[in-house]
Amino acid sequence: MDIIFYITAFVTLSSTLMVITRHNPVHALLYLVISLLSLSVIFFLLGAPFAALLEIIIYAGAIMVLFIFVIMLLNLGKETAKQEKEWLKPKVWIGPTILSAILLAELLFLITLPNNTISSQQTVDAKAVAISLFRPYLIGVELAAMLLMAGVVGAAHIGQHKKTVLHRFLKEEEPS
Amino acid sequence: MNPSVSIEMVLLLAGLLFVLGIVGVIIRKNIIFMLLSIEVMLNAAGLAFVASGSHWGQPDGQVMFIFILAMAAAEVSIGLALILQTYHQHKSLDIDTLKEMKG
Repeated sequence: MDIIFYITAFVTLSSTLMVITRHNPVHALLYLVISLLSLSVIFFLLGAPFAALLEIIIYAGAIMVLFIFVIMLLNLGKETAKQEKEWLKPKVWIGPTILSAILLAELLFLITLPNNTISSQQTVDAKAVAISLFRPYLIGVELAAMLLMAGVVGAAHIGQHKKTVLHRFLKEEEPS
Repeated sequence: MNPSVSIEMVLLLAGLLFVLGIVGVIIRKNIIFMLLSIEVMLNAAGLAFVASGSHWGQPDGQVMFIFILAMAAAEVSIGLALILQTYHQHKSLDIDTLKEMKG
């Protein structure tokens, strides 16, 4: 199980290094998804399957889709057609494909193992996490709910379009 | 029960990921890449929490990871709304052209 951890750590570090060195945001997002997937494998190896699941579903699913949506929204200029052509070049997708193929090989190897040797470490399953989350950390859940509510309201307020953005003091000074 | 992966290596990986995130924040000039690097740093913190939680066999690490996840979701929504608003007002995402902070 040790060698799988080191391979996954290598995949994580190399894909994160590719994230911070790419010029195209979509390429960086592609590598960041690989980084999140390999980090999820590390969570699974550490005996935290619930965190691994949340990493894939929320991070690689929801947050990355939000990023891709905003980047697509911003790139509506004349570079879009040129980028569309560049996205399909093999040298763009060969790197993420190799890294995700490594992760897929690890997944297949872990699946084909006998059942009791998948994690030699003690596993903290979702039931223990839920009991700890909703009993001692209940105030944290409430605070996270308030934070998410403030995030929704703030994003809806910031995202609306205004024609002129002037402070009200500046508006009062202008006619005089 | 003997842990298969030593805790020092996992914490070293988390530290390296955090350093990569800091380097990304420092060297990039695009706001989207800086936000991505902040995501990498949050992931590194979550990895450290989960690793220490599984080292002691307690669910507290994963609980903290769930809180980090909720915080990251709120932060990303606010940050992307700010990026959209900045792009609509300045037509640029370069922090060198945005350094004036004029309304």
